[in-house]
Amino acid sequence: MAQAQIMNLTGNQAVAYAMKQINPDVVPAYPITPQTPIVEEFATFVANGVVETELVRVESEHSAMSSAIGSAAAGARTMTATSSQGLALMWEELYIASGLRLPIVLINVNRALSAPINIHCDHSDAMGARDSGWIMIFNENAQEAYDTTICAVKIAEDKRVFLPVMINYDGFTISHSIDRVEVLDDTTVREFVGSYNPPYNMLEKPITVGPFDSLGGFYYEFKKAQSDAIERSLSVIQEVYDQYAAISGRHYHHLESENIENADIVFIIMGSLTGSVREKVNQYRSQGIKAGLIKVRTFRPFPGDQLAQMVAGTKLLVVFDRANSPGAEFAPLASDVAASLFKAGKVMPIINVIYGLGGRDLELDEIDEVLNFSLKVLSGDKKPRKIWISLKGKEVE
Amino acid sequence: MATLKQLALKKDLLAPGHRLCAGCTEPTIVRQILLASDKPVVVANSTGCLEVSTTVYPYTSWRISYIHNAFENAAATASGIEAAIRALKRKGLLEKDFNVVVFAGDGGTYDIGLQSLSGALERGHRFVYVCLDNEAYMNTGIQRSSATPKYAWTTTTPVGKVQAGKREPKKDLTMFAVAHNVPYVATASPSHFMDLIRKAEKAFAVEGPAVLNVIAPCPRGWRHPTEMGIKIARLAVETGVWPLYEVENGKYRFTYRPRELKPVEEWLKAQGRFRHLFKPGNEHLIDEIKNFVNYKLKMLEALEKATQEI
Repeated sequence: MAQAQIMNLTGNQAVAYAMKQINPDVVPAYPITPQTPIVEEFATFVANGVVETELVRVESEHSAMSSAIGSAAAGARTMTATSSQGLALMWEELYIASGLRLPIVLINVNRALSAPINIHCDHSDAMGARDSGWIMIFNENAQEAYDTTICAVKIAEDKRVFLPVMINYDGFTISHSIDRVEVLDDTTVREFVGSYNPPYNMLEKPITVGPFDSLGGFYYEFKKAQSDAIERSLSVIQEVYDQYAAISGRHYHHLESENIENADIVFIIMGSLTGSVREKVNQYRSQGIKAGLIKVRTFRPFPGDQLAQMVAGTKLLVVFDRANSPGAEFAPLASDVAASLFKAGKVMPIINVIYGLGGRDLELDEIDEVLNFSLKVLSGDKKPRKIWISLKGKEVE
Repeated sequence: MATLKQLALKKDLLAPGHRLCAGCTEPTIVRQILLASDKPVVVANSTGCLEVSTTVYPYTSWRISYIHNAFENAAATASGIEAAIRALKRKGLLEKDFNVVVFAGDGGTYDIGLQSLSGALERGHRFVYVCLDNEAYMNTGIQRSSATPKYAWTTTTPVGKVQAGKREPKKDLTMFAVAHNVPYVATASPSHFMDLIRKAEKAFAVEGPAVLNVIAPCPRGWRHPTEMGIKIARLAVETGVWPLYEVENGKYRFTYRPRELKPVEEWLKAQGRFRHLFKPGNEHLIDEIKNFVNYKLKMLEALEKATQEI
């Protein structure tokens, strides 16, 4: 295992540090809160000649992703970063990046979408891009964000995958808070990610990228191939995590569970507030309540089979969504959980908790409210449904 | 500078057999510009006629590397390609030198791609941006763009009882490009092919962005016979509607001036999209167009004089 160094870094600094070590060929980027410090920090690395990267200070996020597509198609290892409205502005290009099978790595620092304009965290930005064909990984803390940034390059560029990867972590809570981060040495990181050798690139020989598919063409076949690739990536991601464990001692998985053995109630969550739920679950266990926790790291592809297996003996699932799908029965994470159960032939009540929109805190006693509601569902006094917690002036809505 | 004889021996980089309309002037312009490059070329193309007609999967008309990304972002895409070339060279991973060229229509340039173009020009990427200006959204069926001239008929500016054609003057994209203080900007026309190729050569040679705004008559949208495209382009130049000039490091220069300007009516009469202007009672509209052409020419003359003296 490589020599690790412990640093005090914010989530954004940790990611910028990983990018420095990766030394990507091209980074087109546009600033947006709370992603901005990544670009600032990386610009300093560029200005000091610490990296050989071409930093393209574009005039919008749409152009950031457009440039990234041009650069990746030209055979350059390409990374970028954004948040919120920036990701929304990239939306059209996200589909083109995945459709053209370009292994771009995008850091998305999660932030709410307007309106009302709000710079704080929720996952609605990422959920807007849910079906864009990107691999999507959510991280709990700065350490995970650092490690996943390094892994993402290898996942995206794996010849069985060749898809873009979006790394998510919570705005401010992770992006701006100083955390203890173990970093690897530059050589270890560079050897781990290796060199980028795409099977096709525009500078090697004449190729036509992004051709027109007329009626009766091959659009359907392209989309099936792309869908197969993201399904294949499930095992590739785990392979890369296994390899990463060997150099870092940190071993990641799609789903990370705690206390799920014999659990009657399993809480399922993504992102930084996993910590609060973990704290409460440990407390409930000590009180004799059979509660457990599953943290979802890989959101696309969704590890549904694994999840269904993990919760096989559970009576009730409580799925925390930091985004809503207005008008839908469930918000995005709960929808995927429900579909996974259904596919596995399991029927189980699901409470879908909407929390933390626009950076609203999730207080520990509010998790107690969720538990109380859950216990009432278990005893048959309440029906499972979508609930909103932390609303001003209200208990569980 | 290559002679016509030398150019004639070069291989066309856009192959025949594409599906552009009979009489379309775009492939002529593209081939002429590509002939001027002495390096391998990478093309970024915005959505439009040229794109849909030259890349029908699994075929391609391009003998060079080509990318179509989307409608509004050909300049940003080219920025990425140029950045990739820079980075790979810096890292010793690439030896060859390339010319990066954008081909975009007026919709993809004057309208939806304006921000992307502005950003790329300001950042100083080494690339050549070519606008194929056929003065409307021809690929979707002749809808007005900000490049459509005043009073022209299009399907979204129809000739009706209370409105007749487009009501706003054409945007001046060439001046917009000049405002970015880039090393080279020029107008061109496929009718004056040596002028066009000379300008393309200059554009390829500069260290930084260059913009060529090329008039591209469209028989479908301008309502003229298919064999008339180049003649219509020539008329635009000879009447002063499309003056041929360049702005090299801030200095304006006419590259061709007709000995005597032909009446603007000749340009208007040759195209069905202006037919309504010749109905009795519309004389003042033609006068307005003529005054606008005259104003633009006088302004260019003044700019040529002023910038040569600086």
